[in-house]
Amino acid sequence: MLLNIKNLHVSIDGKEIIKGLNFSVNKGEIHAIMGPNGTGKSTLAAAITGRGGYEITEGEIIYKGEVINEWSPDKRANEGVFLSFQYPIEIPGVSMTNFMRTALNARREYHGQPLISAKEFLKKMEEKKKLVQIQSKLANRSVNEGFSGGEKKKNEIFQMAMLEPELAILDETDSGLDIDALKVVANGVNQLKSDENAFIVITHYQRLLEYIVPDFVHVMYDGRIVKSGGKGLALELEERGYEWIKEQFDD
Amino acid sequence: MSDEKKNKDVLEEVTTCEYKYGFVTDIESDQAAKGLTEDTVRFISKKKNEPEWLLKFRLKAYRHWLTLKEPEWALLHHPPIDYQNIIYYSAPKPKKELENLDEIDPELLDTFNKLGISLEEQKRLSGVAVDAVIDSVSVKTTFQDTLAKHDIIFCSISEAVQNHPDLVKKYLGTVVPYTDNFFAALNSAVFSDGSFCYIPKGVRCPIELSTYFRINAANTGQFERTLLIADEGSYVSYLEGCTAPMRDKNQLHAAIVEIVTHDDAEVKYSTVQNWYPGSKEGKGGIYNFVTKRGLCKGRNSKISWTQVETGSAITWKYPSCILLGDNSVGEFYSVAVTNNYQQADTGTKMIHLGKNTKSTIISKGISAGRSNNSYRGLVRVSKNADNARNYSQCDSLLLGDKCGAHTFPYIKTGNDTAIVEHEATTSKISDDQLFYCQQRGIDKEKAIGLIVNGYAKQVLNKLPMEFAMEAQKLLAITLEGSVG
Repeated sequence: MLLNIKNLHVSIDGKEIIKGLNFSVNKGEIHAIMGPNGTGKSTLAAAITGRGGYEITEGEIIYKGEVINEWSPDKRANEGVFLSFQYPIEIPGVSMTNFMRTALNARREYHGQPLISAKEFLKKMEEKKKLVQIQSKLANRSVNEGFSGGEKKKNEIFQMAMLEPELAILDETDSGLDIDALKVVANGVNQLKSDENAFIVITHYQRLLEYIVPDFVHVMYDGRIVKSGGKGLALELEERGYEWIKEQFDD
Repeated sequence: MSDEKKNKDVLEEVTTCEYKYGFVTDIESDQAAKGLTEDTVRFISKKKNEPEWLLKFRLKAYRHWLTLKEPEWALLHHPPIDYQNIIYYSAPKPKKELENLDEIDPELLDTFNKLGISLEEQKRLSGVAVDAVIDSVSVKTTFQDTLAKHDIIFCSISEAVQNHPDLVKKYLGTVVPYTDNFFAALNSAVFSDGSFCYIPKGVRCPIELSTYFRINAANTGQFERTLLIADEGSYVSYLEGCTAPMRDKNQLHAAIVEIVTHDDAEVKYSTVQNWYPGSKEGKGGIYNFVTKRGLCKGRNSKISWTQVETGSAITWKYPSCILLGDNSVGEFYSVAVTNNYQQADTGTKMIHLGKNTKSTIISKGISAGRSNNSYRGLVRVSKNADNARNYSQCDSLLLGDKCGAHTFPYIKTGNDTAIVEHEATTSKISDDQLFYCQQRGIDKEKAIGLIVNGYAKQVLNKLPMEFAMEAQKLLAITLEGSVG
């Protein structure tokens, strides 16, 4: 099992957001997590990646057989956890090239491998840029600075392609994307998908799942996974909305 | 003259002086007694075998200094400096050479390694005997040959006083008169040594004077004096300082740098200042009070200051340009970093006197810990400076919530055709930025370095290539441990 979350409770500023969540992911799987706003989907992504301010009060996150509750975010990343941000962050003056090279080398250093050569790095950049149909000049611009919404999301997928994670979490990567960009993003994911990695796709809408076909669909509500199923569940949600789920659990 | 004879002469001189001027001089250490009097000034001048006019210059400066009070307008706080408790002259003494690097403070070595300074240079900087292979004397000779071929004069100011007295006399104190300010007066009275550089007409100095400087003058003095003259149509890029951490037993530094550019000449002056900043608790550290000024005397001349200030407990420094010649250009690019209890009050003055003069100011302040970082700048356009243009950008970056950033821009225009622009921003390194980097596998320290370097890029780009790389690392090191 790649990821196994047991009875997870997460609080922000003392307010409990995730309230006893169980969830597991195997290699080679794509999981979709759906649910209404404010049910803890992004909080789950934050807890798995170790973002500050999200306190795990109970439960365990087990990744590749180890409890990672106390691991720093960079350790998790270097062990293969990747997050495609819902709102990618701007870093003025730091070129994408420099940023990616620093990230790749940090990973290599972590694993005791030699640093990447300039030639090898540039080759990889070119290759992965094609994958997400990113324009050449984007790589020379500062990280996310002045990028359009669509460019930012594509850039996240580009970074994912560069870093080749074992567990990738896509936090509402589809929000704000037009259909063309959505296809590019989905295409990127599909090409990166293998038996050796897994994806968690967080989304509101069924739309993205037409292009990234999940093996499992989970519905989150009030800090828990309340319903799991196959890809058919996504269609059902699209049709019926979330009200019926809410009604079931609001007692 | 053999060393032995030289030493003997010095000894004799000291004994004579002691007698003549009533000095209590420790012969072995060859230094003046504590305190500053007219006799101290005479002693220094005599030790350096200076001509009468220079002694007079020093004495006038000293007498003027007596009438001045230490400036208090800067946003700096320090206990009062006891000027009578300072030794104003100490002959350069051969330092005790260390056997090997094991004898050096491991913290210092650690920093050297992080900066990527070569082993040979590490040894030299920390006073370990250097192998003959990289013998600095031979390097020096090579440079001197190149310079001589172009008739470029580059030597210590003491040597220049002896060998090129006319040039020194013509320019010394013309850009920074001893009446300029308290510390300028002090320096003019007691300056120990420094560099002198003259680039003849039409000569483009083929080497960065940095390399030479780095190898030969790592031990800059307490009251350093630099004079740089670029004659018509000449160009030179000059680099002062060193990215390696510099320790100095003197707490007070008061240097002067004067630059003169004639018609069509250009000087690019870059500084990396990394003097001892004091302990993390704010004990010790260098007080650095510097007056740097360039005079664009000729038409179409240009002076460009670039500084990376990371060291010193206190930095008081405003490298300025007087744009006298028509169409002359002044530039100031600065990164000032303060951490722990460091204080910096730095900026520039751009004085537009000639027509069509232009100036650019890019200042990036970075504050961390409990430090205070101020930008203080003046843009003045005089009545006759038609079509003067200035663009200023002053950015402050805060790390943590216990530090301070301040901006004091002064703009005075006396001419309606002037266009003066000023932009200022204050930002923080956000937790989101740090997390974003960390999520990509970059640890917190590296992430801060990356973000800060991105922020300072505009200025770092102005540094000579090899130094830009080191300066980048230096910024990261200076800020180590500054965020939770």
